[in-house]
Amino acid sequence: MTKRQQRMVAVAALVIGIGAAVALGVTAFRKNMMYFQTPSDLIAGTAPAGAKLRLGGLVEAGSVQRGDGLTVMFRLADCKSVVNVRYDGILPDLFREGQGIVATGHLAPDGAFVADEVLAKHDENYMPPDLAASLKTDEGHSCAPFKAAMQDAMQSDQTP
Amino acid sequence: MTAELGHFALILALATALLQVLVPGYGLLRRDGRALGVASHAAQAQFLMMLTAYVCLTIAFINKDFSVAYVANNSHSQLPLMYRISAVWGAHEGSLLLWGLMLSGWTLAVSLFNRRLPADLAATVLAVLGFVSVGFLLFMLLTSNPFERMFPVPLEGRDLNPLLQDPGLIIHPPMLYMGYVGFSVAFAFAIAALISGKLDSAWVRWTRPWTTAAWAFLSMGITLGSWWAYNELGWGGWWFWDPVENASFMPWLAGTALIHSLAVTEKRGLLKSWTVLLAILCFALSLLGTFLVRSGVLVSVHAFASDPARGVFILGFLAVVVGGALSLYAWRAPKLVSEGELNLFSREGFLLLNNVFLVTACFGVLLGTLYPLVIDAFELGKISVGPPYFNAIFFPLMAPLFVLLGLAVFTPWKRGNLREALRRLRVPALLALIAAVALPFVIQGKSSLVIAVGLWLALWTLATAPIELIKRLRSKPTWLAGLASVPASTWGMTLAHIGLAFWMVGVVSVTGYGVERDLRLSPGGEAEMSGYQFSFAGVEESKGPNFIADRGTVSVERNGRTVSTLFPEKRFYPSQRSVMTETGVDASLFRDLYVALGEPIDKDNVQGDWSLRLYYKPMIRFVWLGGVLMFLGGLCSMMDRRYRLLRASQPVQAATTKVLA
Repeated sequence: MTKRQQRMVAVAALVIGIGAAVALGVTAFRKNMMYFQTPSDLIAGTAPAGAKLRLGGLVEAGSVQRGDGLTVMFRLADCKSVVNVRYDGILPDLFREGQGIVATGHLAPDGAFVADEVLAKHDENYMPPDLAASLKTDEGHSCAPFKAAMQDAMQSDQTP
Repeated sequence: MTAELGHFALILALATALLQVLVPGYGLLRRDGRALGVASHAAQAQFLMMLTAYVCLTIAFINKDFSVAYVANNSHSQLPLMYRISAVWGAHEGSLLLWGLMLSGWTLAVSLFNRRLPADLAATVLAVLGFVSVGFLLFMLLTSNPFERMFPVPLEGRDLNPLLQDPGLIIHPPMLYMGYVGFSVAFAFAIAALISGKLDSAWVRWTRPWTTAAWAFLSMGITLGSWWAYNELGWGGWWFWDPVENASFMPWLAGTALIHSLAVTEKRGLLKSWTVLLAILCFALSLLGTFLVRSGVLVSVHAFASDPARGVFILGFLAVVVGGALSLYAWRAPKLVSEGELNLFSREGFLLLNNVFLVTACFGVLLGTLYPLVIDAFELGKISVGPPYFNAIFFPLMAPLFVLLGLAVFTPWKRGNLREALRRLRVPALLALIAAVALPFVIQGKSSLVIAVGLWLALWTLATAPIELIKRLRSKPTWLAGLASVPASTWGMTLAHIGLAFWMVGVVSVTGYGVERDLRLSPGGEAEMSGYQFSFAGVEESKGPNFIADRGTVSVERNGRTVSTLFPEKRFYPSQRSVMTETGVDASLFRDLYVALGEPIDKDNVQGDWSLRLYYKPMIRFVWLGGVLMFLGGLCSMMDRRYRLLRASQPVQAATTKVLA
């Protein structure tokens, strides 16, 4: 091969390589992108059927129920709506009633949300920013369940 | 008083850092040798000031001085001494102070070890480092002063985040920062090369040990972080593609590319401007990592601060440093002319391809990390990109990299012989193939295509990594003479490549054969997994220095013989009212048995059923062993004699010609 041919081969290889990488990236991206939704979004049905979603909300007080094995059911609320969530697995350390959590999973045909993963963050006054933003009402204030949760947190803060 | 002293020391450090930038800058403009000389004195003074500030904060922690807000927020009267010392870098302000201390430490090292550098180069490098330091000190003093007092003085501290009360935390951040900050030295050398317009092989030999050192520390920092997450988070994973992990991984990928392109620039005088660009990119990614972690745009264990002023400051600083560096690059890089031509089928050709793959992988990770933030910033919705994206993009790009590694180690510089390479490498390739197909069946009784491919890549790398070493050994009449002639950099390279192969073996085996089971067990209950019988004896209460724990007892048997008894804990930290999982791990080189307590099924009855995680992790230690080998390889490489020669001999000019001759 001459120098020139060699260079052409190199350029072609690079173009193919980068093209493959971009194609790979775009497909991987499309497949694995998850939208964040609130219970209201979920009920409004904006998500495509069967799509993988992240659902954020507050665990409604008194709603956690245990089933067989590790099955657990609870209700997740935002300012307007409530969704039933089913989960088969171990809940994170910071999961508790009144706490903001994010669940990853999909919507079942019966209208319940089936979670593959439940996340609660490591600070108990902490709200995932996605969730905190979605809980704000038009007046710029957080709605009732959010306030109640915050008050709980603050009260227990003051007790030594 | 210590807090005020520390604060004052920080202000003095800022003043000396300013001197370190301005006086040598003036010296460069006016060609004034005395002004250039000020740089190293200023660097040494700045280090002393930073050290004073750091020691002051540590003393405040040791003395439980809750009048200092940062101490009150991150310590507790019952926190053990070890964690009081490490709590200094447990949150935002203190970790910045550690960043600053490390930066001035690296600067001090440059000023001490590189006395033989040409005066203008040394002064430029120190001035650039001083500029970075000015930025960080301003950031600290204006937005995140660790010495701020708090009135009224609280009686009790709010305690260190329990997740961080672990031996892993004591060394993980300092190592990581050593790496992050270390790239600032490579950056400073790159800027100096752009300003002077001179980039010769002597420049590369000055730059290489610093870059390799930074890379080695970053490798170790990431490895420790992974090990800590495995032990502490209780999910049994070693890598989560968490944005903060990515923030440290991107500079690592760029840094890996950089140490390889530096090799090409040293040996062949090629890829000069590319090397400089990589050095800038590497430091830019380190700064971006700091921005992502510190600004609160990310949500993670590590993201302490959520003060917008801080984010804006770092973003502005990032824009000044990177924008300035890139403008300088655009203006001056055409002066850096490479010598000679690049032949694709040669070691430098393969190293160029290595760079292409590493940088592509780096941008893939960058895209996945930043895209959700950008989308959110433009209010186009809230999305997230999970680990499957990163796995899908990362591993296909890594596979060719492993293949290239073997080829590059075999192929000589300048011009390789394709036929010769194919003939000689056939045997290791075939042996690796046979082993990759057969071994999984022999050991585990099952395999898959992914396992075979992954294992082949690992074994191929393992077989080809020592080629250079063996060549050196054979080049002398006796083995012993050969052994003595092997330079440290060859040992280092071989070690690091073997580390890469080990890492791959670990990844393949954990993902291919790891077993994870979440289940519900009553006290006295048993479960079987991968040939091991786990019996759960229930939990009892135990007390630690600053926590109360539910301590479970799980005994593990295999074929009727006791293997181990594990004590996973669920710890409650009253000071933060938070619950933490402490895992029970029986570790050995070839497999880990990992038990974590989930929760009591009925939360009012801890004597009842519990949910438990049982994991069997074959060869997971190889993942970290690989990282440790890379670290050792890096340290070994930087000890190479040809970097030292330059310092030992008297005038620089003479030394350069001697080495080149």
